[in-house]
Amino acid sequence: MSSPLHELSIDSIRAGLLAKKFSAEELARQSLAYAEAENPKTNAYLTLSPERALTAARAVDAKIASGEDPGPLAGVPIAVKDVIVTRGLRTTCGSKLLANYVPPYDATAVIRLEQAGGVILGKTNCDEFAMGSSNENSAFGPVRNPVALDRVPGGSSGGSAAVVAQETALVSLGSDTGGSIRQPASFCGISGVTPTYGRVSRYGLTAFASSLDHIGPFGKTTRDAARLLQAIAGRDEMDATSAFAPVPDYVAALDGNLRGLRIGLPREYFGGLESETGDRVTSAVEVLKKLGCEVRDIGLPHTPYAVAAYYIIATAEASANLARYDGVRYTTRSASAKTLSDMYRMTREEGFGDECKRRIMLGTYVLSAGYYDAYYLKAQKVRNLITRDFAQAFQQVDAIVAPVSPFPAFKIGEKVKDPISMYLSDIYTITGDLAGIPCMSVPCGLTAEGLPVGLQIITRHFDESTMFRIADAYEKASH
Amino acid sequence: MKITEQEVRRVADLANLALREDEVARMAQDLGGILSHIDKLNELDTTDVEPMAQVLFDAEETATLREDRERPSLTNAEAVGNAPVTSGGYYKVPRVIER
Repeated sequence: MSSPLHELSIDSIRAGLLAKKFSAEELARQSLAYAEAENPKTNAYLTLSPERALTAARAVDAKIASGEDPGPLAGVPIAVKDVIVTRGLRTTCGSKLLANYVPPYDATAVIRLEQAGGVILGKTNCDEFAMGSSNENSAFGPVRNPVALDRVPGGSSGGSAAVVAQETALVSLGSDTGGSIRQPASFCGISGVTPTYGRVSRYGLTAFASSLDHIGPFGKTTRDAARLLQAIAGRDEMDATSAFAPVPDYVAALDGNLRGLRIGLPREYFGGLESETGDRVTSAVEVLKKLGCEVRDIGLPHTPYAVAAYYIIATAEASANLARYDGVRYTTRSASAKTLSDMYRMTREEGFGDECKRRIMLGTYVLSAGYYDAYYLKAQKVRNLITRDFAQAFQQVDAIVAPVSPFPAFKIGEKVKDPISMYLSDIYTITGDLAGIPCMSVPCGLTAEGLPVGLQIITRHFDESTMFRIADAYEKASH
Repeated sequence: MKITEQEVRRVADLANLALREDEVARMAQDLGGILSHIDKLNELDTTDVEPMAQVLFDAEETATLREDRERPSLTNAEAVGNAPVTSGGYYKVPRVIER
């Protein structure tokens, strides 16, 4: 059985609906049935939401019947990472603590998707509180990579990448704090976008590291990802950090014209790669040259310090953000605690998985008395140096192109015992989050074993248009 | 960098985590390893570098101020709806002060 979404895109679904070739309800029913049948292979969905999906689909059909515009995402089957809250629909954050949490409100991004006609099929598995690079840290079991079922889909948005690759949703939302959208997109062979910091409201995104958290889209193509971002981007008064900058027409930028565009290859990103990954990225650069790009070497000299700075800043912020899971308001509560203090301590001990505990501990340590200057303040200064590296590079080039991950999808279980090597694998994605610039992963071929490799495209703050233009032109030229 | 089990227990207390004995030992090892990597930051002289807490963009100073108007908030039932133990519309927790 092939997916009902196999030949479809956001644009073709809209066209099909308007031409009455199929209804949104039919597409939603078929997609839900396919997702239910296929999900056991990957464990990518944690919850399907047929009622919500069919209500949204019927509303689209009613609009079409009455001659109203059904919206830019009309009838599009969408999956949402389970760290983004959905009113009345269980939102677990991949954590045992929130196994029964049913949010009383919707995230702004979710509201905007549904206002645009999108149909939410369900919620996707992820590393607990978005902490991980392999989706092995979920309390509800790992996600399997649809391309190779014995391998990880990447993380932390592993489920959101897997559903798009498996075609159990057309597009999806993920979140990215250190690479959690781009790395799984590269591992699963799809497009994944981390927009500029503040481009998409985080209202309703469960906070991990607030100065680094982003919501962003996944799609089979750059065009679908751009359409999805279009629908959710823009100022939201419910998130004081959301940006005021106007949102341009991203799809209008997909004109295929890369002539004269200056592209930088950061030499620090090509040192520690597996050779096949390096080869695929190098071939992609050749395609960009043929399309008229002017390619030059650049330096981003503080790259080797990014992982260290990130694991101070992200864990410090996480240790504060995760303090709220205390057995009082949202979470399950330890049954054995007799006093208030024990209730906090035992609820958290029993509820958090190993990786969350490790990060809470590291974050608490670096913020504790006497260590603040040596760790947190130092890391913030290094973050500034990394951000300046990019600012200087963007005086010479319009975009930066690099690998996403040093290697393709690894085997489930291969790296779980070694947290540092897992952290270091995020080296090429963490820098973009620290600087807050837009970055995306676009598929750039397969290894000999058939594992996808991702090409990372990075542009200036709020210049998603150039990033999408490059990705889209590359996609078309390489197919 | 070496982290002692005593330090791990002190930090676990600050973080309200009742770590088990086997976790204390493993945590000492894991944190020590991560902090050794983090020591790399000391290679950089950052004396004159401003710390960066957040990505900031230009906007008017009053940009984030909004009109003060009434709007619906959660009902009491919604607010306590996910709590493990409630009583009379309040969150209920174990006794704090012993008589």
